[in-house]
Amino acid sequence: MKRLDKSPTGIAGFDELTSGGVPKGRPTIVCGGPGCGKTMLAVEFLVRGATEFNEPGVLMTFEETSEEMSKNVASLGFDLQKLAAKKKLVLEYVRIEPAEIQETGEYDLEGLFIRLQHAVKTIGAKRVVLDTLEAIFSGFSNTGMLRAEIRRLFRWLKDRGLTTVVTAEKGEGTLTRYGLEEYVSDCVIFLDHRVTDQISTRRMRVVKYRGASHIADEVPFLIDERGFSVLPSSSMKLDHEVSNERISSGVKDLDDMLEGKGFYRGSSVFVSGTAGSGKSSLAAQFARQTCRDGERCLYVALEESPAQAMRNMRSIGVDLEKHVRKGLLRFEAWRPTQSGLEMHLLHIHKLVEQHKPSTVIIDPLTSLMTGGTDQLHSMLMRLIDFLKTQQITGFFTALTAGRNKEIEETDVGISSLIDTWIFARDVELNGERNRCIHVLKSRGMANSNQIREFLMSKEGIRLLPVYVGNGAVLTGSARISQEARERAENLQREQTAEEQQRTLSVSGKRKALEAQIAALRLEYAQEEARATLVKRQDERRERELSEDMLEIESFRGGARRGKSGGRNGRVGVEHES
Amino acid sequence: MRARTGVRSKKSSANGNGRYLELRLYVAGQSPKSLAALANLKKFCAEHLDGQYELQVIDLVKTPQLAQNDQILAIPTLVRKLPVPIRKIIGDLSDSARVLVGLDLRDKAGAE
Repeated sequence: MKRLDKSPTGIAGFDELTSGGVPKGRPTIVCGGPGCGKTMLAVEFLVRGATEFNEPGVLMTFEETSEEMSKNVASLGFDLQKLAAKKKLVLEYVRIEPAEIQETGEYDLEGLFIRLQHAVKTIGAKRVVLDTLEAIFSGFSNTGMLRAEIRRLFRWLKDRGLTTVVTAEKGEGTLTRYGLEEYVSDCVIFLDHRVTDQISTRRMRVVKYRGASHIADEVPFLIDERGFSVLPSSSMKLDHEVSNERISSGVKDLDDMLEGKGFYRGSSVFVSGTAGSGKSSLAAQFARQTCRDGERCLYVALEESPAQAMRNMRSIGVDLEKHVRKGLLRFEAWRPTQSGLEMHLLHIHKLVEQHKPSTVIIDPLTSLMTGGTDQLHSMLMRLIDFLKTQQITGFFTALTAGRNKEIEETDVGISSLIDTWIFARDVELNGERNRCIHVLKSRGMANSNQIREFLMSKEGIRLLPVYVGNGAVLTGSARISQEARERAENLQREQTAEEQQRTLSVSGKRKALEAQIAALRLEYAQEEARATLVKRQDERRERELSEDMLEIESFRGGARRGKSGGRNGRVGVEHES
Repeated sequence: MRARTGVRSKKSSANGNGRYLELRLYVAGQSPKSLAALANLKKFCAEHLDGQYELQVIDLVKTPQLAQNDQILAIPTLVRKLPVPIRKIIGDLSDSARVLVGLDLRDKAGAE
């Protein structure tokens, strides 16, 4: 069996929703209430077909003239007249004026067929839009004939393989007022425009898609100056690619707490904390880091205008303006109350598609929380899913209400979606309030369990280890004074030690000197002894010498000089030697 | 096919009401309804218009581009181009009373 061929519409998100577009060569009904965007969808289908898929189209309008239609869609950036001039489009306005028509006898709508056929032939159209076909019901009274003709028309379109979009007004309790969906059994799309709490949301649902699996959920869509965009529903599988690459948070001390490497690329980072706990500052640092790495960053600010946010960040030494100018940083700000949650999501989607960032910052995410946590949960899931499939790192801040344990509990709902959760809070102690930060969890890494003190200055952000000791955790001036006290204590201790050291070394020196003195004394004594000995020998030698002289004298002439003792000395000398 | 029937004779009030009609009949080939309409119209003209008309028959199968001008949807359609305002009568024109109404001639016809 050949599978049902699909014709891509080229409408952002729609082809994903229907996994390929509308049934090729068959009619599709787009229905909904007034102002729901049926015509816009149909026109974009034609314009994209003509411009992107080389499929010329016929736009047959029953309610608006070609000129009106051209003007209406010009706001979406579509130039129908230009396309018509290039033979990519035929604008055929079918006017139905019941007042000037009188019926007598049998007729059919062959004229409509002839006109359609002619238009299709002129440019070799592959696509047809009938907007709003039902208008013919107001022009003719013979409903039996009309129904037969509509049936024939759909058959006719199918036989010619024309991919057709037929718009139809919503009926009371029915999809279309005249039950057109009975004739078109292939694909029915329902558009809805509702207002909840003064906030309008457009939604779309594929009611029926024969022969193809489709997502039957209601999905939000948006019409803006770039046309239609449908928010793709989150993928059911959790099979996105995973990166092992690490990217810096922009704060060195924070990286240190995350194995010294920072976040995983493509992970979702959540910074929650009380007012003024430094969430936005962290976000700004992260944005700057991304840009410094030469990558693109999308910064969605929901509380401050871009100018204000950038001015504030300058106070901590972060110049984001520079990166905005370079085109790396895209700063987008809008009021959270401006639209519903889905619309925010859709906006973000569109911005991501346009800017192609590698990191997305939403500050703060909680501003979007208008409809309770449940909604936020599903939205966040979609967003994270979307970012992960594209390997984009998400950085979200969240404002928490109180300063106690409840904070962490309120966020439990979204905890499961978060890879790295940084918790900022302030600690009130000794009459001051100090910022503290810790990593609550971080999947896939051995994150630090420390609570660090968060210091902001012109030089940027520093995360200091807090004072832990003496059974207390101290921050701020308490930490500083405690540290000073400790320093003083240390100093004192060091001095004592030094003194001891000094004493020790002095006594050692004395000993050494004493030893030296002793040695010298000994040497001196020895020297003295030797000297005495030498002296004595000299005396003896002298004495012996004189004795010898006497002896010689006496030997010569008797004791002329009277000297005596010579012989004894000689004996002594003999003894000595 | 562009068949011109009718006579552009005495522009004055030949049929008593000062009306001169310019008519166009749109048909699609030789379909039974088209043929019936043409036959009925000829008969009607002969009975009620006394030559004070001009009829143009347009076959959209041959000249589909002409359908847009008069905003033709239903076949057959008879269009009274003149006098203004434009009037349209759709169907096979089998009911001449309704054709009279459609061409806005009934009052005058009744007065005759």
